[in-house]
Amino acid sequence: MELFTPDFGLVFWMFVAFAVLFFILWKCAWPMILKTVDSRADLIDKGVEYAQRAKEQLDNARAEAKSIIDEARRQQGEMIRESEKLKTQMVEQARSAAKAEAQKEMDSAKMQIAQQRKEAEHQFRNLVSELALQIASKVVEDQMKDSSAQTKLVNQLLDKIESKN
Amino acid sequence: MTRFLYILILSVLTLAPLNASASESEQGGSGVDAKELIFDHLGDGYGWEVPFNHHVRMPLPIIVKGSDGWHIFSSSHLQHGEAYTDGSATFVIGGEDSQFKGKVVEIVNGQELRPFDISITKNVCALFITVALVIGLMMWLASFYRRNGMKAPRRGLGAIESLLTFVYEGVIKSILGPDGRRFAPYLLTVFFLIFFMNILGLIVVFPGGANLTGNVAVTLTLATLTFLVTNIFATKHYWLEMFWPDVPVWLKFPLFPIMQLIEVFGMFTKPAALTVRLFANMMGGHMIVLVLTLLIFIFSGLFGAGVGAGTTVISLAFSIFMLLLDCLVSFIQAYVFTMLSTIFISLAQVHVHHAPEAAN
Repeated sequence: MELFTPDFGLVFWMFVAFAVLFFILWKCAWPMILKTVDSRADLIDKGVEYAQRAKEQLDNARAEAKSIIDEARRQQGEMIRESEKLKTQMVEQARSAAKAEAQKEMDSAKMQIAQQRKEAEHQFRNLVSELALQIASKVVEDQMKDSSAQTKLVNQLLDKIESKN
Repeated sequence: MTRFLYILILSVLTLAPLNASASESEQGGSGVDAKELIFDHLGDGYGWEVPFNHHVRMPLPIIVKGSDGWHIFSSSHLQHGEAYTDGSATFVIGGEDSQFKGKVVEIVNGQELRPFDISITKNVCALFITVALVIGLMMWLASFYRRNGMKAPRRGLGAIESLLTFVYEGVIKSILGPDGRRFAPYLLTVFFLIFFMNILGLIVVFPGGANLTGNVAVTLTLATLTFLVTNIFATKHYWLEMFWPDVPVWLKFPLFPIMQLIEVFGMFTKPAALTVRLFANMMGGHMIVLVLTLLIFIFSGLFGAGVGAGTTVISLAFSIFMLLLDCLVSFIQAYVFTMLSTIFISLAQVHVHHAPEAAN
């Protein structure tokens, strides 16, 4: 059977044809084709890697931005709270300072008043004692003359004092 | 329109077997010699069949070294069993009862002698056409890359390129790894040559129709080449593992000669498997299509034209199905041949493993 017994002519030409085909392609086609296919595969691999890295970086940046914003927000809240505290503190301080000032003022006023009152009392006592002395001297003078007149005088003087007070 | 075409095709097909059986009965009513026809179609020939004509063949050059030197002449001289005398030698194609049936023989003293024959037969011519096609396509692809850099081609070239990358990335690189680049030219050449030989074999008329990969000579040559590549480029370590494996001496002593025998035997069974796989698959595919087509003539010869007409529809449908399947098989067999070659080559690329030995 011809199909199962290799025919020499065909084997010979097969060798020759394959050699020619291989040589031509090896010289002219395969280097260019394989170089292109290889470098393209390389490029694609690199592109994928690059995209992955870019995505990673983007994700990182996003997370970083989020954390920064969160931090800022936290700081903002803290600052607001702080200033609130400061404000109340200042108000408190001012209030207490004012209170102290007022107290002081009042104290000094009281003291002044007390002093003046003492002074007035003192003057008043002096005046009263002087008047009493005058009255007494007058009374004594008049008693010597006329008792009615003396009484009259005393009354007069007392009236005077009363009207004066 | 499609309905009209359908009816037209059917009517032509139903008439065809009628004519065939009619001419058959005129010739003596012996029926169709299916075996003869099939092997005639599967086999080689000095001349290429022309569609719709059984008598005229496209002549091809016959190159033989007879008893008195080389002779080159056209096969048209030997048509229909005619003898041709070139110089002092007379040549004829071996007849039905000849020992060299269908081959060119030289008549010396009334005896038929087979000369040294390297004629450009139908198969050789088909081989040249395929080689030219593969060279053309690959040069086209290479020139495309040269012009367009790394741009991916479209349409036809894109299909070629996707085939190429499928084999190169999917088989060669993934099996051989960094060695892939070294063996890729050989393996890709083999793949494309087999693929286009298979596909052209499925085309019925001129540029195709030769049962090349279904011929053991072709597959044997290809397998021999893989065998040579495998063993010529095999590493030292591969031979070492084969003939002096890294096992304790006392362990290898009793079975040692047998093991070597098995290893050497294995070296040769690999290309044998390659040869038979491709050859049997492609020949089988062709044969099934031929048998399905011949069923029409066999049935109409046996049961009359009516049955033949009915068979036409069925066997045509099956033939088309088988041809479509053969398109798939054409690719798969080229792929399998390349893949097995790659595996055989990779098995011979044994590199010394330093790390485990250092650990011991």
